[in-house]
Parts: sequence; structure tokens; C-alpha cells
Amino acid sequence: MISEYRIALKNIDKYDPNQIDDYIQLGGYEAIKKALGKKPEEIIESVLNSGLRGRGGAGFSTGLKNKFTNQSEGLEKYVVCNADEGEPGTFKDRIIMEKDPHILLEGMIISAYAIQASKAYIYIRGEYTESIEKLEVAINQAREKGIIGKNIFNSGFNVDFEIKLGAGSYLCGEELTLIESLEGKRGNPRIKPPFPAEKGLFGKPTLINNVETFSHIPYIIEKGADHYKSLGTEKSPGTKVFTISGDVIKPGYYETEMGITLRQLIYDFAGGMKNDKEFYAAILGGAAGTFVNESVLDTPMGYDTLKEKGAVLGSGAIMVMSKERSIFDMTQSILEFFKHESCGKCVPCRVGMPQLLLLMDRVKRNELGRVEALDLLLYESEYMAKSSLCPLGQSPILPIKSIKQYFEKQF
Amino acid sequence: MDNRDIISKFEQRKDNMLNILHAVQNNNPNNYLTTEDLKLVAEYLNTTYSSVYGVVKYYSMFSLKPRGKYVIRVCKSPLCHMMDGDNLMQEIKDIIGIGLGETTDDLMFSIESSECLGHCAHAPVMMINEKVYKNLDSFKIKNVFQSIKLNEQK
Repeated sequence: MISEYRIALKNIDKYDPNQIDDYIQLGGYEAIKKALGKKPEEIIESVLNSGLRGRGGAGFSTGLKNKFTNQSEGLEKYVVCNADEGEPGTFKDRIIMEKDPHILLEGMIISAYAIQASKAYIYIRGEYTESIEKLEVAINQAREKGIIGKNIFNSGFNVDFEIKLGAGSYLCGEELTLIESLEGKRGNPRIKPPFPAEKGLFGKPTLINNVETFSHIPYIIEKGADHYKSLGTEKSPGTKVFTISGDVIKPGYYETEMGITLRQLIYDFAGGMKNDKEFYAAILGGAAGTFVNESVLDTPMGYDTLKEKGAVLGSGAIMVMSKERSIFDMTQSILEFFKHESCGKCVPCRVGMPQLLLLMDRVKRNELGRVEALDLLLYESEYMAKSSLCPLGQSPILPIKSIKQYFEKQF
Repeated sequence: MDNRDIISKFEQRKDNMLNILHAVQNNNPNNYLTTEDLKLVAEYLNTTYSSVYGVVKYYSMFSLKPRGKYVIRVCKSPLCHMMDGDNLMQEIKDIIGIGLGETTDDLMFSIESSECLGHCAHAPVMMINEKVYKNLDSFKIKNVFQSIKLNEQK
């Protein structure tokens, strides 16, 4: 049986998150000292060579983001942590922030040094009250210890932290919308490009990463890029935190090397199906994710391997459904969620979301056949994806296309 | 505490808007923002009333109407929905005697829905003010509200 391999979760339940000294005793903040002894360019090279990809869902190379932000002109640069975790089925960032807030700070400080940013922001959703509390304590303690602030470890490098609260908007988890919100505005998406690395927060070059992504940085600095790259798969190196929920015996969070299979996650880690029910479907990556059936159970989990199967890894959310569950019903719930979270800025999304739900209603009223409905859903969500500004309008196509591929007959 | 004192703890920068609005709203026993609050924030941040209003209207955690002492947020994510969240929502409505988005006349309870609360391993879940209640079923829900009501009678 395969065991967990913990990097982002390595200190979970090993120390009291309210005590910075406990974290230091576990070897915490050693990676910063090591990093400060190197040139910023060396840190950027290390992260690039590690092959680390964004753990928020998009899977873009973290090293390249560092590099681009570093190359952008300007003396003022920012580091932003996307802690607006809201993708249904995802709770990995909450676990890290509640149980090991210091690993996040450490990863962010190292990243700030790499791009020479003197200000770091954590944008965290307002509902995560415990995470907010834990991070406030951690930041204050780190400040008292001189780990945050001026002249960190006598290196001459300064960085300060600020926590910014979200207020109940899923869309603000999208990086450019998050930046708008962080600036104190409505969460309406910006046009891309320019990307944050060029023009982000307050119009300055900004490095923005997910909580889990930052939490890998101290490990990469300590153990080296080559070691990190040796973990996981060639195209998806390292580890990933998977959050498993639904009809399994032991729902929860599990960090393993990339390349593990869905079957191993469900049966070895999550204890198998609850009440001996039969596996029916899993939704991978959240609402903006994909439905898969048993034919994907043995596919190695990775950004590219899943893509080949028409699925996404996304945030690492795995929602497991047993035979008694309805694909149609879950689709309806996902579409209602999107409709509620659409900001209304662009027409295709604002008008398209209710349109998709109207099709579902027509099926329920027996005015439309399910096969036809699915084709119409696909058609509508495709033009939404092509004409919407931000990932929200581009999302419904993901579950719908996967249903067409895997559950056309069961829809 | 006076709202002016609360606001003055923040630097006068527009990017502090959401943090300030949270602090002011939390200071109100009925968990909402008044017209006066919005004017005060606008004045402090040197911006217009309408821009503050626009921000407040956008974010679902802010309210312009008085809410109950206990704000109940029921998770409406697809996963909680699958794990019987809809029935629980109905039971909560029945126990409290109001519908979604409403507040009881005695200003004790408000029922709202929320996007994924990030406790999916323990679905279905709800939040009452700052506390998360997990693995809910009929029995647990009845207990939660019974103990709140008992507490209030003391």
C-alpha cells in the first residue's frame, strides 16, 4: 500500500499553530536563512527547475511566474497569496492556514525575496474565520521575532505582510478579480493580458500564487530542485493535496506524489465506498471541474494525464458519487452555483447561465429530451466559453463536456 | 464602540475598504451596514457614497438590512446538496419559521445560503455567525437551535 508524501502538509498536527517557537523547533524558517544566503536569481532558478506548477487549479509553472515578475520593470513589486479558496469540494488551503500558517508565511517571504518585493498580501475569504485568526497570530509572532519586517536575519531585506478579507464572492478566487477586490473594489474581472506579473496590484508587477503552491517553496529551497523534481511524474512533479468528499468511508485531505491513481485515492486512502455502494462517478477539480466514470480510476493523477482523458486535476477536489446519485441533479446544482456567482459584467455569462438552467428546467417539465438537452447545453456553454471574459463563464463547458463524454446515457 | 474609532484604526487607503466594512458591520448588533455607515466609510476613504454602496451590494457577506443576532449560513455547494443539504435547509426554515434571505421579527435569526464553506469532508455543513456546524442531520439541527434558544432564555 502506498503512503502519503507530505510537503505542504508536513507539519500538520505536529505543532501548535499559535506558537511560532514550536514551528522553529520543527526546523521552520531555516529555509529562509538558506534562501537569504543566495542571490534572488538562484531562488528563481531553483523554483523553475523544480517544475512546480500552480496548485490552485490552472497548473501554470510557478517558476515562470517568478521569472516574469522579476523581469518586469519597476522598483515596487508585490507578492499576493490567493487564499480565497471557494471551489466546491476543496479545503486544502484552509487546513494549511489553520494548522500550519507559518509554512505559508515562509514560502511567501522566500518568494518576496526572489522577486525583491517588500510587501506581501494574503487575500483570504471572509468565511474562513479560523484561518484568519491563525494567520493574524502567526504574522504578529513572526513580526515580533524579526522574521517579518525590516532587515530579516540581518540580510538587509525587508518585507511586511497584510491580510485582506474577501466578503463572499467565488469569482474573487480568479487572480485578476482577486486583485480588483484587494484594491477595495467590486470583484469584476479584468481583461487579460496584461498578466499580474506585468501589471497586477496597484498596476505594479505582482506574483500571485495559491496557498498550497507557496507552501512547497520552503521544501524546494531546503531539499533542492532536483530532489523535488524526482517526485511525482515528469510533467507534474512533486506532491498534491487531494481533498476527497462524498460517498467514501474516510473523506478528508491526503497529500501524495502526483501520478497516484483515483482508485488508490478512493480505496487505499479514503477507505473505499461508503456502505459498500458501487462507485458511479467522481467530480474532479470542483464545480469548474469534470465528471469521470470508472474508466478513469486507473489514470495517473497529473495535469496532462487527466487532460488526455478530457478531465482536469484542478484544485485537487474529488467528489465521489455512488450509484444512487443522479448526474442530472448534480449538474443542476453546479449550474445554479455558477449562475449565483456570475458577476454580470459580461453578457455571455450573465445571460448564458440562466439559459443553461432553463434547459435543465425544460427537461424536468418533459418538454425536452435529455440527449437533445445535453447537446444544447454543450452548444450554449461552448459559446459562453469562447466569449466570456473570465474563467467563470468559461467553466460550465468543463462539467458539461465531460458528461457528454462519460455519462451521455445516464444524464 | 463608536464606528469612528473602529474606522480610524485603518490606514486611509481605498484598498482597506473591505476590511473596514467587515469591522463596521461586525460592530453592529444586527450584522448590517446603515446608510450612515456607508457615508462614514466614503468620507474616511475620500471616495463617493455610490462607490461604497456598489462594493457593499456586490459582496454577499455584507447586508444593508438588519439581520438576526444569529446569522445562519447554510452551505449550498453541490457536494452539500448531494449530502442532503436541501432537506436540512428546509428543516432549518421550518424550525425558525422564516424563508431564505429573511430575518425573524424579533431580530434573532437570519437564514442565508453560502457558497462552499470548505468543510466538504463533513458535509452537510452550516455556519452560525463564526462557528461551523458539521455532519448535520435532523437530530443535530434540532439540538443546535434548542441550545441557542435555551441560552437566550437565561
